Formats: sequence, C-alpha cells, structure tokens
Amino acid sequence: MQRIQETDRLNAGEERLRKRLLRGLAGDESAYHAFLQELSAHLRAFLRKRLVGLPDEVEDLVQESLLAIHNQRHTYDAGQPLTAWIHAIAKYKLIDLLRRRVKREQLTDPMDEEADFFSSSDNNAAEARRDLGKLLERLPERQRLPIVRTKLEGLSVAEAARVTGMSESAVKVGVHRGLKALAAMIRGGA
Amino acid sequence: MKTVDLVDMLAAGAGVVEPSATTRRYAAALGWGTLGAALLMGLLLGVRRDLGIAVLLPMFWVKLAFAAFLAAASLLAVLRLSRPGRRLSWVPGALAAPVLAMWGLAAFALTRGDPALRAGMFFGDTWTSCPFLVALLSAPVFAAVLWATRGLAPTRLRLAGAAAGLLSGAVGALVYSLHCPELTAPFLGFWYLLGMLIPAATGALLGPRVLRW
Repeated sequence: MQRIQETDRLNAGEERLRKRLLRGLAGDESAYHAFLQELSAHLRAFLRKRLVGLPDEVEDLVQESLLAIHNQRHTYDAGQPLTAWIHAIAKYKLIDLLRRRVKREQLTDPMDEEADFFSSSDNNAAEARRDLGKLLERLPERQRLPIVRTKLEGLSVAEAARVTGMSESAVKVGVHRGLKALAAMIRGGA
Repeated sequence: MKTVDLVDMLAAGAGVVEPSATTRRYAAALGWGTLGAALLMGLLLGVRRDLGIAVLLPMFWVKLAFAAFLAAASLLAVLRLSRPGRRLSWVPGALAAPVLAMWGLAAFALTRGDPALRAGMFFGDTWTSCPFLVALLSAPVFAAVLWATRGLAPTRLRLAGAAAGLLSGAVGALVYSLHCPELTAPFLGFWYLLGMLIPAATGALLGPRVLRW
C-alpha cells in the first residue's frame, strides 16, 4: 500500500515536471525556468549517487547535462515518458565523462534503474570547478554578444539586435551556436 | 558560474521550440540526399534503356519494394535512435522482414529452377560492380542523414551511425535499381544487401566520432 502511494507521488512529480517542460517548449519562460531548477536537483542526486568516487565532478556534470538538455530539448517527444528521456541524456553524459577520464575509476553501478530517477533530489549544490562564465568569454563575438545580451542581461532579441548592430536572426543563430560551442568546449575537456 | 545562474541563463529568452523541427530536418536530408543520388546516377550510369519493358515485370517491383521497405524501416530506426530514451522495440523485426522475404524468394527460385542456371541467378552479370555502385550512390544520402542525426541527440552512437548508413544504402539501392539490369531474388538478396551494408558498416565505424554531442 505504502509502495503504491510512493509510486503515485513519484508519478505526480514527473507529471508536474513534464507539464513544465511542455509549457516551456511552447514558450513559457517561467515554467521552463522552474523545470530546469527542479531538474538540476534531480540531476545532482542522480549523478552524486553514481560518482561516489569523484565528488568534485558532480557539479560540473550537472551543468554539462543541463546545457545538453537545453541544447537538445527539441528531441523530447511529448508522447514519451520524461524520465526515459532525461535518464538517457544523463547516462550518456555520465558515460562520456567517464570515458574522458581515462577510465581510472571502475564503473561499479549498473546505472539501469531508470524508474527511480525522480525518487531522489538534491538541492545541495557544491561549487562547480569549471567556470562556464570563463568559457563563455572564449566564444567568438558573434556568439558571445548575443548570449550576454539576451541571456545574461535579459534583453529581447530585437533589443539585442539594436545594441549589437546584428540582425535579429543573427542574434538567434548566435545564441544557438554559442550554446552548442560551449557544450563542445566542455566535451573537449576545457 | 553557479548552477542557479546557469539555469537563469538557459531559461532567459529560451523561446518556442517547434515540435516538427526534427521531422523537417530528416525530410530535408532525405530530399537533398536522394536528389544527389539521382544526379550522381544520371551523370555516371544513366537509367537502364529497357526501363519501359522492365516496369512490366513483377520482379522489378519486388526489387523496388525490397529497397523501399528497408529504407522505411531504417528511417524508423534512425528516428528512434536519435531521440534519447526511445526504444527500438519492433523496429529490428521490420528491418529483418524484407530481408527474410527476399531470402525466401531466393531459396524458392534456387530450389525450383534448373540447377544449371543457379550460378547465373546468384552472380548475374554485374555482381562485381553492383555492391560498390549501391554504396557509391548512397554517399550523398549518407552525408545528409548523418548531418540530420548530428542535430538531434543519439545516445547509442555506433547503432545510430549504422542505422543512418543502412538508410542511405537502401535509398542508394532504390535509385540504383532504375539502372541495374538484375532481377533475380538470389542476386538481390545478396549483392544488393551487401551494397547497403557497406554504408551501414561505415556508419557504425564513424558514429562514435561523428555523432558525439
């Protein structure tokens, strides 16, 4: 009985998160913000449990996964369980990190418990070691300026276009390519 | 940058995501790739001269259907493999079905036909060039489909690369069948399939490097 209630609670949590993502994909920024916020706690718990030997990597990987989920958010299919999608991305990023780390640590956790992804959550963010702000500075101007204006200073695309002297589509493309380039820099071991 | 700041940054001005963006990407890739394959064939090989007669033969349509079914099934596989967490479920069965059907036909033709003609049915006149020409014609589709897949998020890179390669091979075979004179099931079930497996194997090799995100 208790188990059933527990499962219901988890499903309700996933459903709430899924609705926020879908509203976010439809353009609701605050719903999307809430989605990412709650998701980062779930990611942290998931990764901390699996990176027991590498606690310093956890926050970096949380950030890398968030960036990946954001950049690849168009691959979420509304008919698909959210857990399966997020679990697959987090697992992919985790394996990618472990491969990058010359396999010093043996992978002990089978990492196949997709169903308990939302059963734990961790709001205790440690400091990230990699500073994404610094990486951002290394992007070329046509990508950095659109990101800084629209995503850090909160200007609209039209305003950012006026301030930077770029066209609106160049601003949008710059943001999109810049975030992808950021992910590529992380992947390359920056 | 702290994680909360990253969340602020990512959410700020995130905008609308078009739900049909992925299908449009594949439609564009297949369209341009097929056009490229058709151009390549027009330039290098040309359409078979007796096409008007060939379209009257049932085996000509069996050949087209074989390639078309494989293309459709591998497109499904690529679409699923390029979205995280999607399962393949029955898609491997759909991939195997046209191959098994062709092998069934081939076995029937080989056992029922005159034993003296068996080698001819299997090797035809063009077995030395057929697999390579199928692979050659698949190249434009191969590049286009890999490009489309790179824009999504495959998590099983080797498998996704293989499926993308098989898709391009099947489209290449479909285009090549307008040139190729061979119409026997044993030939199609081996040499055509081999031609499609060349890009599939290339995709499996390249996948982990090219599709990483």
